[in-house]
Amino acid sequence: MEHALAALCGVFFTVSIYMLLSRSLIRMLLGITILGNGVNLMIFTVGRLTREVPPIVPDGLVQPATDIANPLPQALILTAIVIGFALFSFLLVLTYRAYEELDADNTDTMRLAEPENPPSPPLSY
Amino acid sequence: MAETAGYNIDLPPAMIEGATAIADWTLVWPVALPLFGAAVLLMARKHPHVQAPLALAVIAAVIASCVTLMLRIADTGPVAMTMGNWLPPFGISFTADMLSALFAVTSSVLALVVLLFAQSEIEPREVRYGFHQFLLLLLAGINGSFLTGDLFNLYVWFEVMLIASFGLLVIGGRRIQLDGAVKYGFLNFIGTTIFLMAVGLLYGTLGTLNMADIAVNASRADPTTLTAIAALFLLGFGIKAAAFPVNAWLPASYHTPDPAVSALFAGLLTKVGVYALIRVLVALLPAMRIELDMVIAILAIGTLLLAPLGALAETNLRRALGFIVIGGIGAMFAGIAMSVTTSSGNALAGEGGGIGGAAVYAVHSMMTMTAFYLTAGLVERMTGTTDTRYMGGLYGANAPVSILFIVLAFSASGLPPFLGFWPKLTLVRAGLDAAEYWLVAALLVNAFLTTIACARLWSHIFWRNGREADQTEQPNDRLKPLSARALRWGLAPTIVLVLAIVGLGLWPSALIEYGRLAGVGITAPDAYIEAVGLAGGAQ
Repeated sequence: MEHALAALCGVFFTVSIYMLLSRSLIRMLLGITILGNGVNLMIFTVGRLTREVPPIVPDGLVQPATDIANPLPQALILTAIVIGFALFSFLLVLTYRAYEELDADNTDTMRLAEPENPPSPPLSY
Repeated sequence: MAETAGYNIDLPPAMIEGATAIADWTLVWPVALPLFGAAVLLMARKHPHVQAPLALAVIAAVIASCVTLMLRIADTGPVAMTMGNWLPPFGISFTADMLSALFAVTSSVLALVVLLFAQSEIEPREVRYGFHQFLLLLLAGINGSFLTGDLFNLYVWFEVMLIASFGLLVIGGRRIQLDGAVKYGFLNFIGTTIFLMAVGLLYGTLGTLNMADIAVNASRADPTTLTAIAALFLLGFGIKAAAFPVNAWLPASYHTPDPAVSALFAGLLTKVGVYALIRVLVALLPAMRIELDMVIAILAIGTLLLAPLGALAETNLRRALGFIVIGGIGAMFAGIAMSVTTSSGNALAGEGGGIGGAAVYAVHSMMTMTAFYLTAGLVERMTGTTDTRYMGGLYGANAPVSILFIVLAFSASGLPPFLGFWPKLTLVRAGLDAAEYWLVAALLVNAFLTTIACARLWSHIFWRNGREADQTEQPNDRLKPLSARALRWGLAPTIVLVLAIVGLGLWPSALIEYGRLAGVGITAPDAYIEAVGLAGGAQ
């Protein structure tokens, strides 16, 4: 099971890197989402997979009787999902505003902050 | 764990009994206060005139607790506290050693200076949109990154810092800001995601995220796996620190927001990446750093040499300064690459090696680059342009600003007697001790090129009479004098900061001693591990 999920993570990363290499901001956003999901899946997998045993200590015991699912990766992923979602929403709005203001979805034509043919530096002094 | 000694009492042995000592709270105040302050300011958003005084009070309190913390660490060594009374490594620890405290003090002081400077240029609508709230959240994220003792928590603080910086970056809503923010946002998000990836893999390998616990257990894991993970950390933090060749986002975005905001970013954000890199590679995974030594050295040399060339080729003032920020990152990377052994193989642990130099360099770079961007803000306000080709004649119009600029130019290049000289001296000496001659040569060439780049900026902006080409000798008729508001809130804080840089340059021994302590604490993290309570190794 771990191997299958590891391979799936690999597919996620491949797809996301392909998308991130695109010039279109929308594709890059999709790439970022997939990258985030790939990382979350990866954290889940490295926490080792255990099926159907909730991490709850029964009454009268101080530690669980059997092997349990690892709860920590789930807590980590939950945090990462929330943060990733917030940042993704911000980037989505930012992209939309940039599209409105700069009239560009293509990173090649977004050259306001870095002019395309920069002036030569002054030759005096 | 100890066996179930507390079987029939309520608390299992994974918990600390009793409340946290009041003294340990100083560790959380630098993070808790700005978070709380930001919440209060958000509630008071209908009252724009109370925002700045409240933010000022909060930052002053943060500075007080950071200084208390630093003095305590200088006195008794690293301090740790674990949240929710869980014993480490179960609870999330906040752990501060000298490096953390030194950086936290510097950042908080600079946040104060920037807050004051911002009063000279901030528009009412920017106050309404939450400038002060974002500033406090950014400070919380930065201090949290410095003080946390848990790797995943470090990721969370990185994201707090990132989202607050997004807010500050776009707050004016100008077109150029949107363009800069897109590049900053995407590349930094990818950087932190790579960092998260490395955190996840490290958790899968070692089963722990507590930094002290990682330092204890790192030698037990497969070195090949750990080296791959360390390389991922290097990439993630390299993007955050804007090291060559992943530096493209910095000169694309740092010149777009208001000068106060870009001063804060230039001073603080990249250094958080450097701090995290020092913490993870040198303190937690020292064996892996030695494996990656050559890579870090090449990155350092590339950054050191190419950044000032970028500054030389640039006509936009703040973009040129952005390249000088990157050059400083190269110097800190050089310190990381040369940290541990001498040419004769003796450990430099007692000296802190290059890490002490990198720590002092980071403090210098934070102060100098913040002041430099603030001065650039004043220059842009007086000339009404961002392009050095159309500046000129400022020496006659405002001599004090020209003095500030030249002092900062010398400090950034590392010329004595200013602050930049001492960390460069420490780094060069550590490099000669460790027989890293290429790094030493790159440091010296970088100082030379930076001197040329800064001196050119100075002579173009201040020394010549007018604008470029055939107008050079005609007086520049577009200069505007600074308003009273700009003099009081803009020039005065900048002068105080520059005086601090000059003062620290003339009396550097305390700072160098703190830097040495920081380097020792990082290269020999026993006291750090002991403070968290894991001295006996993992249970």
